[in-house]
Amino acid sequence: MLGLIVDVIIYIFLIIGVFFNFLAGFGLLRFPDVYTRLHAGTKCTTFGSIFITGSVIILGLKMWYLGSADGSVLAIHTAGALIAILLTNPTGAHAIARAAHRSGVKPVAAIVDGLDEMNKKTIKKPNEKKEVKK
Amino acid sequence: MIAFIVTSILCFIIYLLLTTGSGTLGLWSLEEILLGIILSLITGFVTRKVFIKKDYRMLNPVRWFTFLIYIIGPFFIGMAKSNIDVAYRVITGKINPGIVKICPDLKTDLGITLLANSITLTPGTLSVDIDEEKNNLYIHWINVNEKKLKGETVETKYICGNFEKWIRRITE
Repeated sequence: MLGLIVDVIIYIFLIIGVFFNFLAGFGLLRFPDVYTRLHAGTKCTTFGSIFITGSVIILGLKMWYLGSADGSVLAIHTAGALIAILLTNPTGAHAIARAAHRSGVKPVAAIVDGLDEMNKKTIKKPNEKKEVKK
Repeated sequence: MIAFIVTSILCFIIYLLLTTGSGTLGLWSLEEILLGIILSLITGFVTRKVFIKKDYRMLNPVRWFTFLIYIIGPFFIGMAKSNIDVAYRVITGKINPGIVKICPDLKTDLGITLLANSITLTPGTLSVDIDEEKNNLYIHWINVNEKKLKGETVETKYICGNFEKWIRRITE
């Protein structure tokens, strides 16, 4: 009985995770420029991956509870992977956004661009003749 | 000396976590524990100046506990809200983007790093760049609220709620 309930929880977690990862891919196709695409690409993949790894951790704990020592290996190693995802995903997004702005990609349809004026004062940019596709 | 001990103990704990289920002594075998002690002592001696730089503030377990509560409570709720918001924008396509500036009052590097990563993972915001002298952050905001905009600066609470207070409690 306990095993059945845990299995249902695992399937629900997997469905939520796959749904958010699907939305991330859909957002990459739908949004207009680098920055808005990064919104879809980082947040949805992080949240979806949390639920997928969470279901694997629950499976490992269930195996451990039922007496198999391999379950502990599965649960703890997956928790390590989850921590690595949580640390590296926002850092990578930050690096891509900063590099894009330094190389002259303007945000499409932006209302304000506070960073642009700062860059004009401090950094001399290379020739800006690339046009941003709209 | 403190740096050497702390680095070695952390290495040993991580080694133990990665080798569970190898034997009968608890979860570990005797050989794994001995090898782990030797390897973590060597690693602690080599990297003692890299890992900790004259700042023992984060060794306080109260701060670790606060950090854990912050991750499980407000941070996770903010992340769930952010994902529902982004899902709504992906489906409907309503966006109103812009890059704004915020001036958080944090002094340590660790605090700024935590805040920037938290901002990237919460509703509709993505940290783009940092002004390293004044610790100002430049944020790409997917749905700019023009009423709350003063020039190009926005108050921190509209971007990330009460995260700033939590992070000040953790790192300062």
